[in-house]
Amino acid sequence: MRKLKEFIVEKLILICGIASIFFVVLIFLFLLKEGLALFKFVKPLEFLFGKSWYPISEPPQLGILPLILGSLLVTLGAAVISIPIGVGCAIYIAEIAPARSKEVLKAGIELLAAIPSVVLGFIGMVTLVPLIKNLFHLPTGLTALSGSVMLAFMAMPTIVSIAEDALYSVPKSYKEGAFALGATHWQTIRRVLLPAASSGILAAVMLGIGRVIGETMAVMMITGNAAVIPQSILAPVRTLTATIAAEMGEAVVGSEHYFALFAIGIVLFIISFAINVTADLCLHKKR
Amino acid sequence: MVAPQVKFEIRDLNVWFGPAQAIKRLDMEIAANEILSVIGPSNSGKTTFLRTLNRLIELNVNCRVSGAVELEGKDVFRIDAELLRKKIGMVFALPLPLPLSIFDNVAYGVRMHGLKNKDKIKAIAEEALKEAYLWEEVKDRLAESAFKLSGGQQQRLCIARTLAVGPEVILFDEPCSGLDPISTAKVEDAMLKLKEKYTIVLVTNNVKQAARVGDRTAFFLSGELIEVDKTDRIFTAPRDKRTDGYIRGKFG
Repeated sequence: MRKLKEFIVEKLILICGIASIFFVVLIFLFLLKEGLALFKFVKPLEFLFGKSWYPISEPPQLGILPLILGSLLVTLGAAVISIPIGVGCAIYIAEIAPARSKEVLKAGIELLAAIPSVVLGFIGMVTLVPLIKNLFHLPTGLTALSGSVMLAFMAMPTIVSIAEDALYSVPKSYKEGAFALGATHWQTIRRVLLPAASSGILAAVMLGIGRVIGETMAVMMITGNAAVIPQSILAPVRTLTATIAAEMGEAVVGSEHYFALFAIGIVLFIISFAINVTADLCLHKKR
Repeated sequence: MVAPQVKFEIRDLNVWFGPAQAIKRLDMEIAANEILSVIGPSNSGKTTFLRTLNRLIELNVNCRVSGAVELEGKDVFRIDAELLRKKIGMVFALPLPLPLSIFDNVAYGVRMHGLKNKDKIKAIAEEALKEAYLWEEVKDRLAESAFKLSGGQQQRLCIARTLAVGPEVILFDEPCSGLDPISTAKVEDAMLKLKEKYTIVLVTNNVKQAARVGDRTAFFLSGELIEVDKTDRIFTAPRDKRTDGYIRGKFG
């Protein structure tokens, strides 16, 4: 009787495990099937490097270079803002903050992660967008910069909490060793703690960026969604994610446009996958 | 023989971690160029004593200190902590090489303190490695990773790293607890040679080691200094019964 129970439970867990993998594979296959169908109409290179995205003109022009550049620009901007602040914050929490403010800060950072992205987008729309418009005297504040700033907020919790973990798990003896040699606190942080935690910090940064590049709602609300090759960070851009979200509802099922949106999905999938794998490699790399 | 110069003077030192008192009313002097061995069971405060001398205990948030520790007449709590730790080097229980080459490990502290001249760094590193009795074994492989050295060699590398900074005092915190007898003997040889130039305080769990290298030996128990005297005296005719008991292995 007990053996039977054991057997059933084991098999149930096995089914759960297989199911999750099965669904991921299924999703991936569906994405591939629908996306690759596009290449019956458009050459892959034309699709990736075509400079214009006019999906409903006749014939449709399906070049996603503006969208890729839009995504990259917004992501790069977010990275430039969030990495120094995030890593700095992690150092402060792990090393400098007194015990009490450490707890408050950590809780605050986790709260930041809990804000739904549509709310962040909404807040950005009513506060950040007018601010950027007035600050730079632009015709519109819906720019790549606005998206970058908002996305930096979304990447920060990931970067801070993982980087802080990495710093915290550096053996205490390293720190004592450096102090015993007469190092100042900052010298210890810079020359011992940061190098020792570097793989974890790198992973934190990659995961933060991974989150940014897949983010849809906030960017769609505040980047202006102009599918042209961006001339500067103060110009409106459209990202890969926003394109799918905005157009999927209108695309005729089975049309080139429809397939193209799936192909964008594949591109996004490959980018995210690459970033996550890199982060994983960093995290598991032994020193 | 001239009276030995006093290096450390410790008066009425008390150290607390939170509510627990780790060192109680300690009065002691440490002479220049002696090896003072500190023995005692675990939790007797000997490591705390060592870490008070270079103020490493200040890394513990809840520690409190009262009383005076003077290094050559200067209150250590008023000296800049970094400067103090440059003068008072420390070698830990586990060898702690950095993930760098052998040479870079030794040069690490020197570079950190701002020396840029490559020839000088080289000269200092070579001198330190010689003083730590490691030079002959590593001189042809300075560019190799420090992790390739054996445990005993790593520990002597750590000694060299400490020496390179140019200390006056070296604190050893159970430096041989992870080493085999042959490596231990080499580290002890290095210590005996080093006392010509440096003052050495050696905390050890190995009573025999204290007998082998210490000029004087101090016995700590539950945060109190029970007695301190010439090593032969402690080991042949201790004044306190508890010292006798510990040395003979009756407790601890």
